[in-house]
Order: sequence, then C-alpha cells, then structure tokens
Amino acid sequence: MELIRQGLDLDFMSRRRVAVMVSAGLLVISALSLAFRGLEFGIDFTGGTLVEVGYPQAVELEPVRATLAGAGFEGALVQHFGTAQDVLIRIAPRDDMERSELSNRAFDALRAKDSSVDLRRVEFVGPQVGEELTEQGGLAMLIALGAIFIYVMFRFEWKFSAGAVAALFHDVLITLGIFSVLGLEFDLTVLAAILAVIGYSLNDTIVVFDRIRENFRRMRRGTSESIINRSLNQTLSRTLMTSLTTLLVLIALFFLGGELIHGFATTLIIGVLIGTYSSIYVASTCTLWLGVQKADLMPVQKEGAEELDTQP
Amino acid sequence: MINQYPAWKYALIAAALLVGVVFALPNLFGEDPAVQVSAVRGASIDGALRDQLVARMKTAGIEARESEITDRLLIRFASGEDQLRARDIIEDALDRQYVVALNLAPATPEWLAGIGALPMYLGLDLRGGVHFLMEVDLAAAVRQAEQRYAGDIRTLLREEKLRQRAITVRANGGLIVRFDDSDHRDLAYDLVRRQMPELIVESTENVGDPVLDVMLGEDAKREIERFAVQQNVTTLRNRVNELGVAEPVIQRQGTNRIVVQLPGVQDTARAKEILGATATLEFRMVHDESAAALATGRVPGTAKLYRERDGRPILLQRNVMLTGEYITDAASGIEQQSGSPAVFITLDGKGARLFSSRTRDKIGRAMAVVYIEHKSFTELVDGVRERRKEIVEEVINVATIRDQLGKRFQISGLDNTEEARNLALLLRAGALAAPIEIVEERTVGPSLGQANIDQGFRSVVIGFVLVLVLMAFYYRRFGLVANLALTVNLVLVVAMLSMMQATLTLPGIAGIVLTVGMAVDANVLIFERIREEIRNGNTPQASIHAGYAKAFSTIADANITTLIAAVLLFGFGTGPIKGFAITLSLGIATSMFTAIMMTRAVVNLMYGGRRVAALSI
Repeated sequence: MELIRQGLDLDFMSRRRVAVMVSAGLLVISALSLAFRGLEFGIDFTGGTLVEVGYPQAVELEPVRATLAGAGFEGALVQHFGTAQDVLIRIAPRDDMERSELSNRAFDALRAKDSSVDLRRVEFVGPQVGEELTEQGGLAMLIALGAIFIYVMFRFEWKFSAGAVAALFHDVLITLGIFSVLGLEFDLTVLAAILAVIGYSLNDTIVVFDRIRENFRRMRRGTSESIINRSLNQTLSRTLMTSLTTLLVLIALFFLGGELIHGFATTLIIGVLIGTYSSIYVASTCTLWLGVQKADLMPVQKEGAEELDTQP
Repeated sequence: MINQYPAWKYALIAAALLVGVVFALPNLFGEDPAVQVSAVRGASIDGALRDQLVARMKTAGIEARESEITDRLLIRFASGEDQLRARDIIEDALDRQYVVALNLAPATPEWLAGIGALPMYLGLDLRGGVHFLMEVDLAAAVRQAEQRYAGDIRTLLREEKLRQRAITVRANGGLIVRFDDSDHRDLAYDLVRRQMPELIVESTENVGDPVLDVMLGEDAKREIERFAVQQNVTTLRNRVNELGVAEPVIQRQGTNRIVVQLPGVQDTARAKEILGATATLEFRMVHDESAAALATGRVPGTAKLYRERDGRPILLQRNVMLTGEYITDAASGIEQQSGSPAVFITLDGKGARLFSSRTRDKIGRAMAVVYIEHKSFTELVDGVRERRKEIVEEVINVATIRDQLGKRFQISGLDNTEEARNLALLLRAGALAAPIEIVEERTVGPSLGQANIDQGFRSVVIGFVLVLVLMAFYYRRFGLVANLALTVNLVLVVAMLSMMQATLTLPGIAGIVLTVGMAVDANVLIFERIREEIRNGNTPQASIHAGYAKAFSTIADANITTLIAAVLLFGFGTGPIKGFAITLSLGIATSMFTAIMMTRAVVNLMYGGRRVAALSI
C-alpha cells in the first residue's frame, strides 16, 4: 500500500509564494493575538489555588457556588471538569487567610454541605513560584532553539540552521497563537508539549535537510530549486506516514488520556500538523532564500591531498 | 554473503531482550495493601514483635498474608479493609516508640526482587498524595541568630564585669551595644573581637553614647542560612515520621526551598498544620520585680514583658533558662491532680544537667513556660498586599519550682487535649530553625490517581494498537517486523524505568505514548528507502542493504536533535515534566536499538543469504 502515487512529482517550490503568504498571515494573526489577547495562563504560572472535587452523581453548579459564597468565597470560579460529576474551583488569594489554607477551608465548606463529596486534586502555587516558572520556561525554549541552531550548523551549514530555527519559531509562535485565539489554558503540561513540538518538528525538518544534502552532492544537474523539490517529493511519503502514526497515538491520548493530559495532547496535535507543513515549506523555502547552493554542501577537501595530486 | 549478521549480534539482541523482559516483569504483579512498622528512639524490630502482632490480629479475625523484617516490619494483607483494621490494632498494641504507617508494597516475587528487579515507582499524580514546596525564611534565621548573639554578648560582658547599658537588635540587621563610658566600650571591643571572630565589630558613637556596632560577617551569615535549611530538613523529616507516612521524600531544593512529598496522605489540613508549625517552648524565670514594675509601668532592662493566655501582663527574665532543643521526648496526657491536659517532658543529659544546676538555687521561686509560635498573614498596606510575620509568645503556665528540676517534669496550662497532643508531637520532632512557608501544594486524591493510571494505560494500549495495525497494513511483512521492534521498545523503556527506579508520572505516560508514535519513524525511514531502491531497479538484497545504510545518518541526526530538546526539558522542568523528559529520552535511545539493529536481525533471518524474488514491503 502506498500513500503517495509512484512517480508523483509535486512542484512544491513554485507554490512557495502562496505558502509564504499563508505563513505570514498566520504569524501576524498569532503575534497580534498574543500581544492584545495574551495567553490564558494556568495557575502554574500565575499562582493561585485550584480545587477539584468529585460527586457520586451529577451536580448543578449553582448550589456549589452558593455553598462557597456562604463560606466567604464569593469570587470563586466554579465549572464542570470533564464530566458533570467533577467540579473545578479556582479561588483568588484572600487577605484574611493564609493562602495555603484556602483549599482546606473551601473543601471543608463543601463537605459540610454534602458529605459524599470527594477531594480529587488540590493545586496551590505561590506567586513567586509562578514567576520563576514563567522565566525558566521562556529561558528553556530560547536555549533549546540556540542549542539546535548550533548542532545543525555543525552537521550541515548555517543556512540550514537558519531554516530549521525559522521553522521552529514559526511552529511555536503559531501554536501559541492558536492557544491565544481559542482562549485555551496554557499550563505546565502545555509548555512541555511545546518543547516536544520543537523536538518533533525538528526531527521532520532534519530528515528533509538530510535528503537535500544528499541530492546536492549526488545530482550533477539541476537548480537548487529543482533539487529541493526532488528531495521534498522523495521524503513526502515518509513525512506523511510518520505524522500519521504520531497523530494516531495523540488522538488516542486526546480522547482517552483524561482531562489532565488534554491540553498536552491538543498542543501536540496542533504542533504536529503545523510542524509537518513547516518542514516542507518554511524550512526549505528559508534555506533557498538564503541562497543555498551545491558548493555549501560539498565535503570539505583536504588541502594537502589536492597539492599531492598536482605534483608530477 | 549480503544481509547476514554475525552470531554475536544475535546474542546481544537476545541478551537485551532477556534482561528487558525480566526487569519489566515486576510491573505486572501489582501491589499488596500493607502496614509498615518502623522503630524510633531505640526500639527494636524483631521476630518476637512480629509474632506478637500477628497473634493479636488473628484473635481479631485478620489474616496477615505475609510479613518481612528489614529495618522495618512490613505486614501484607489480602484487602484494603483488613489493612485499615490491622493498622488500628497495631497502633493500640504498640507504644510511641514505633511509627505505624499504611503502605502499598510491591507484590514482586522473591526471585525477581532477589536480582534487584523492582516495579516502577508511581508518582504522586498516579498513587495519590501531597506534594509541598516550602520556602525557608532565611532572614528570620539570621534575625534569630542576632538575638542569640545579643544574649551571648550580654553574658560575656557580665562575666568580665564590663557594664553595658543596653543591647538592641536593629530592625535592618546587626546589634548595637550601648555603654556608659568609652573605657568599658574599648575593653568590650577587644573582648568581643577575640571571643567572637565571626562578627564584624565597630567602635563608634551614637547620639553621644559610646557604642559597639556589631554585624554578622558574610561567611557567618551564609553558614547560619545553610544550617537553618539543613536543620529544617531534619526537623521536617522527624515530623513526617511522627505523622506515619510510608516512603516520604524530603529534599532540599535550591538555596532556600524544601520539597516534601507524602504519598497516600489524605488529611492535608493536619499535614500542613504539623509541617508548618513553628511552635516551641522556652523556660524563663519570672522577674523578681515583676509585680512592682507592672504597677509603676517601668520595665527594667533585664526584664521582658509577656502576656499570659488570659491577657494578664507578666515580666520575665531576659535570659532563657532552657529552650526546647534539649527535649528528647514529650508525651501528652492528663495531669493527675487537676485532671487538665498536660505534656510530660524528658530532657537529654546535657539539658537535664543545665536545668538542674540552673534551678538548684531557685527553689521556691516562680518559673514560666513560654509557648512561641510564628504566624504569617497577608495584609493590605497602602493598596499593596504584603506578607507580615508575627511572633506570638504566650505564657502558658507559671508555677513555683518546688524541687530541683531534672530529667523529667510536666507542664500544664494547655487549653485542650488536642493542643497537648500537637505540642507533644512538635516537641518530640524538634523545632524548626527558621519559619517556613508553603509556596506550592499539589494534592491528588486516591480516586483521581487510580483514574489517571487507568486512562494512561488505556491510551497507551489503544494508541499502540492503532499504530500496529497501520504499520502491518502499510508495510505488510516488514510492517510486522517493525511491530515486533515497537513492542520490544515498549518493554525496554519500562525495563529501564524500573531499573533506574524512576518515578512514573502522568506526563511520563504521555512521553511513552509519544515515543510509540515517534519510534516507528526510524522504521518508516528505512522502509521508504528500501522501496525507493527497489523502484530504482535494484535487487531485493541490495535494496535492503542500501536502505538500512542510507537511512542511518538521517535517523541519527533526527534523534539527536530530539534528544537535545528532551535533555533541556529535563534540565528546566520541575517534577512531572522531568518524568516526561525521562521517558521521551529513554524511548529515543531504545528505539535506535530496536528499530535499526533488531529489525535488521529479523529481516536478515527472513531474507538474508538466499535468492529472493520480491520483498513483502
């Protein structure tokens, strides 16, 4: 069985202007949304208290809110979580109470009302911890991009490094943009997923680059453009197959992994789709723009060896 | 001959497979509910104790399934119900020299445990429990040290007959010692510098008075801070032991934080109260001029104003008779004469000697027990929320010393038995060297933990099966080979996690799922190459050979870059994110072995060294 018809020769590069416009459009929308709407940061980053409780039967939210308000938690955000039996409560910091005590007070109030309620999860993050995490997360992402740039430069050439990092930047920014536009919650697992997206998208890009390098060295004729086109066609079935297997498990994770892992799976699904597209268009287009040519990738000849040849 | 592996490669693969299966195996046996008894304060754990407990349980109708003695006694039960009843029976049977805790003991067969094959350790998000991140208030530790130095300097000057007027601790750090004349000040300067070289002493004037300006040196400060964190870790460990938690984790993190993980603990309110409590005791003599001074409102320099629980003021001596650190044991109970709650205290040898020599000449005079607690709260100051700390010092009891006090004595004046019980526990576990504050809490209830395991397991299985079906369908016989490799890859990842005794978390499971999706990538790369070679008109044997050879550098490059991302995740991530990074990295590493070497071995066995007309790919 084959995904791609044999001998298929799509002219990817001639359509690169369309791709550039699509990418540019997405990037601008993402940047604008991130600038004006921002991200819906979870308590991992903002600090705060979150309590998840489970009831043996479905519950209405109104009575839960009323009970909490009665205990002094008027501003608590109450919502169902996954099922109608699970309720998620977010509590703003209070002045008259030790912050780490809030969760106990809130749960005590709910239990006093209905003793069958079950404490499923509490998360309390102090403001200073949240701040540090935001800093560390941003730093981790920058260092990852830097380290990858250096590795690719070492293995290929700087034009490829630039292409790979541009593709990663593209993927990360658009993924974040989608989170911002849709107002999805950005928590620690989503940050981890974004770093995994970096790894995945890079994996895809490197495979394409590897083939481009091979073809540059092997094919005697042809422009840079046609060689890149050929390489993309040769790796297309692999690119699609790997994306498909990865998406299959991610979909399993999305539907069966439970609420806690939902954001993680969502991020990776978005990231894999964008990463697949970007390894075809963004990375290669970028290297082509930077003027990659045969000479860049020819194995470096040993200086001494050449001199020996010229001697009689 | 083309496409044939030497025997040693088959042997290597077989060996890896065998080790993988053996070390992954313990994860299939599950866990038994168990009760764990460990000894504190010199009690011993032996066969006699076990027989005694087992016999007790038998009379109550509970069958102990198995028991083992190491440095602790572990008794396994058939059901969680038996376990809970047994805990109550055991707690009744033993005194406070033992700590009894519920545990889930891995049901690994002995032959596996014997070679060190143990199941993966489940993280708190899977087994339920509490995770606290606590921050030590280092500034308070330094302030306390300055208080101590103030007392030491006061004593030192008195011993040397140098008269000072007042010693005050400044709010922004350091001490000021005031003198009446500069001669005494200069003598004191030499004395303090000689006796306490870790201090920075300056001799100056302040509002016309000769004074000594005393500061802690940087090294001394750092040492105090280091000691405060270390001491807090020790104290927290003692307190956790008193709470009866099986397999707790208490670790220092960074310069001023401590991580506490308590698997299986459900009563988080009590855990917080006990861990964060800073209560301690001090014994001080009631000042001789207390009544007179209170009447006139003039507090002498040697006295300090306190309040009793009912709010009445009382003057106590500035110098402390004894602090809580010498207490080796404390038990709560009821005082026989009055019937009120009391705490019975035992001192260590040094404390007993000190206390007895200091109380010898004070018989007939009044001594006060001061209960000290650090409380922190937030307050709105000019629209800005600020954390305030307050030290509550209450006199809980004033009693006349009837006899020279020694090793054992009792204190009363507590409000209720609950307070007596908590105070006794805190005194036993020792005081915190500096106040701590909980800056992060993550609690997962047992029902959610089980749900996480079930959902994680289900998504691994379904995702795995989907990939297997796709691969078999798409690459036919070669797809089946890849599936075999993928299965072995999963076994190897689980085996390595078990060997490392790494903690499996929910994100860790996600990492395993993702690895399954990405591990087939290497095989996809190889198989696509083989198809290309066939299309280019090469023979089947040559195509296999070239396909593996050409795909290798691509696979290596692609995996190394992914590893870079995973390693960085590990370096920067906290807790559960680390778990994700570990499983992802392991998965990448093992997939290189299974997807390249193992599939090649199987393909060689199927096709190698003979005439092949066509490949099933």
